[in-house]
Amino acid sequence: MDLTGAYASLGSDLGNAFSLVLLSVVGLVMVVWDSLRNDHRAIPWIGVAASVLAISFELLRMPGPAEKIFYGLMWAGGYASFVNIIILAATAFTLAISVHYLDRIGHNYGEVYSLVVFASAGMIVLGSANSLITVFVGLETMSICLYILTGLVRTEEGSVESALKYFLLGAFSTGFFLYGIALLYAATGTLYLDEMPAALAGGAGSEVLLWGGVGLLFIGFLFKVSAAPFHMWTPDVYQGAPTTLTGYMSTASKASAFAALVLVVYHALPAERWMLVLAIVAAATMILGNVVAIAQSNVKRMLAYSSIAHAGYVLVGIAAGTTAGYSGALFYLLVYTLMNIGAFGVMAALEWDGHVGQKQDLDSLAGIGYRKPLLGVSMGFFMFSLTGFPPLGGFIGKYAVFAPAIDAGLTWLVIVGLLTSAASAYYYLRVLYVFWMKSPEEEAAPALDQLMASPLSMSTSVVLVVCAGLLLVLGIYPGVLESTTLFFSDSAAAVAAIR
Amino acid sequence: MEISLDWYLALSAVLFAIGVLGVLFRRNAIVILMSVELMLNAVNLSLVAVSQSIGDLSGQILVFFVMSVAAAEAAVGLAIVIAIFRKKVSVDVNDFTLFRY
Repeated sequence: MDLTGAYASLGSDLGNAFSLVLLSVVGLVMVVWDSLRNDHRAIPWIGVAASVLAISFELLRMPGPAEKIFYGLMWAGGYASFVNIIILAATAFTLAISVHYLDRIGHNYGEVYSLVVFASAGMIVLGSANSLITVFVGLETMSICLYILTGLVRTEEGSVESALKYFLLGAFSTGFFLYGIALLYAATGTLYLDEMPAALAGGAGSEVLLWGGVGLLFIGFLFKVSAAPFHMWTPDVYQGAPTTLTGYMSTASKASAFAALVLVVYHALPAERWMLVLAIVAAATMILGNVVAIAQSNVKRMLAYSSIAHAGYVLVGIAAGTTAGYSGALFYLLVYTLMNIGAFGVMAALEWDGHVGQKQDLDSLAGIGYRKPLLGVSMGFFMFSLTGFPPLGGFIGKYAVFAPAIDAGLTWLVIVGLLTSAASAYYYLRVLYVFWMKSPEEEAAPALDQLMASPLSMSTSVVLVVCAGLLLVLGIYPGVLESTTLFFSDSAAAVAAIR
Repeated sequence: MEISLDWYLALSAVLFAIGVLGVLFRRNAIVILMSVELMLNAVNLSLVAVSQSIGDLSGQILVFFVMSVAAAEAAVGLAIVIAIFRKKVSVDVNDFTLFRY
């Protein structure tokens, strides 16, 4: 490789990777700020400001085609910008709703926010990777931060236990993921995703190494997005982790892992052989997530199973194996992020003490709707959207992943998806029933009165209203969906031009 | 005598399998962590061997990243194990059963 002008080229690429650089620097600033000053009230808002700045940068970059930066290690612009916007929005929302929540549970440390920002930097690396090295580094930066965040409330058994489970299973799956990378490297002789098709067409490596590698790599990805046979950790981890951070984990980390999976299948692998495997995984994930969610009485655990089910819907779009399917999957991730951050935000606002409120059984939430109308109404938006009712974003999202699957001949899979969505209405709407139509039991009343005494924090209200409003906008005006399709046609042209 | 790539890959596969079996059948959290490290190092072996045999350096660069990630993971993992040991005075994963269906 010719390295003359390498530093100049790296320097000019720093501007293209603006959000990544900004988040990394801001994360460091937050750590230093926290150690130098006793007062850390400003720290989360530094992170929010950085995320908003980065979002506006990515919005400017999004219309252009994706281009390779850092000697082909990463993508910037186009769909990479779209994925970054999802991640950055999730980061900003999470930081904003976490302040009040962490204050109340008595674990408001400055470094929590910098860990969230570092995890986001890892997610950006993962979601815009063009080399398996970048995929691995991004994935691990993200995962290690999330292990720490899960075990944040270390005085509590549930939190530490879920952190240990997440860590052991996560490290285990990393091993498979990495072995998959090694086998793919042996089969193709390159770690760059967009060089793999050419190497495969040349018949470079052995079939056994290639498909063994692809299988192991998929196991690693399916674990991270909690798809069916590898979902066991999800409910435990989501239930034990602090609620706002659970919302972050279930959205941003899933979005970036799915984005990397899309990049791998889009650039590197021919569709016809793995399509059926992913379709079967998607069907199993949708059935398992939705059926088990029906049986849950704890709302946080129910939302964990629901997030498994939604991973299944995204997989339907990817299993279609067409550009329309991939862009549908990306669009679904945007909608899913908004509704899930919102739903976990509502649950975090309802967690009012360390005892009764933290259990969050359905019975303890009776009659919330009338006492806290904002929470009740916004929860209505999120639950209807998660079910997939028009005119909310969830409906368009489901259309965006199911329609390409029908075009690709996966009608049976879409039928499974529709039937399980119908079943999901039961457990989503049951939450609303409890919120609005059930009156609280006698023994829960004192605790509820205590909740009523503490007003909703301003930042939480703003985030909930913004999430609900964006869902409505995305549902009524689905122009964003069309622009995601454009990313892939743009980048396909760009890839063709490079070859 | 040159040792061919197949032997390296076979050794790496055996080491990886030992690591997987260790994770699946040992119940001590620290031994599980050690087995995970064995899996990662088995992969390192095959990455270096492949990189050497095809004359491409990027595999060896990945090995450096894997080593640093393994170190970070061990640090965080042991911290979590200590935190749970303080709560339950046990590192046996069969004892951690707060969450069930």
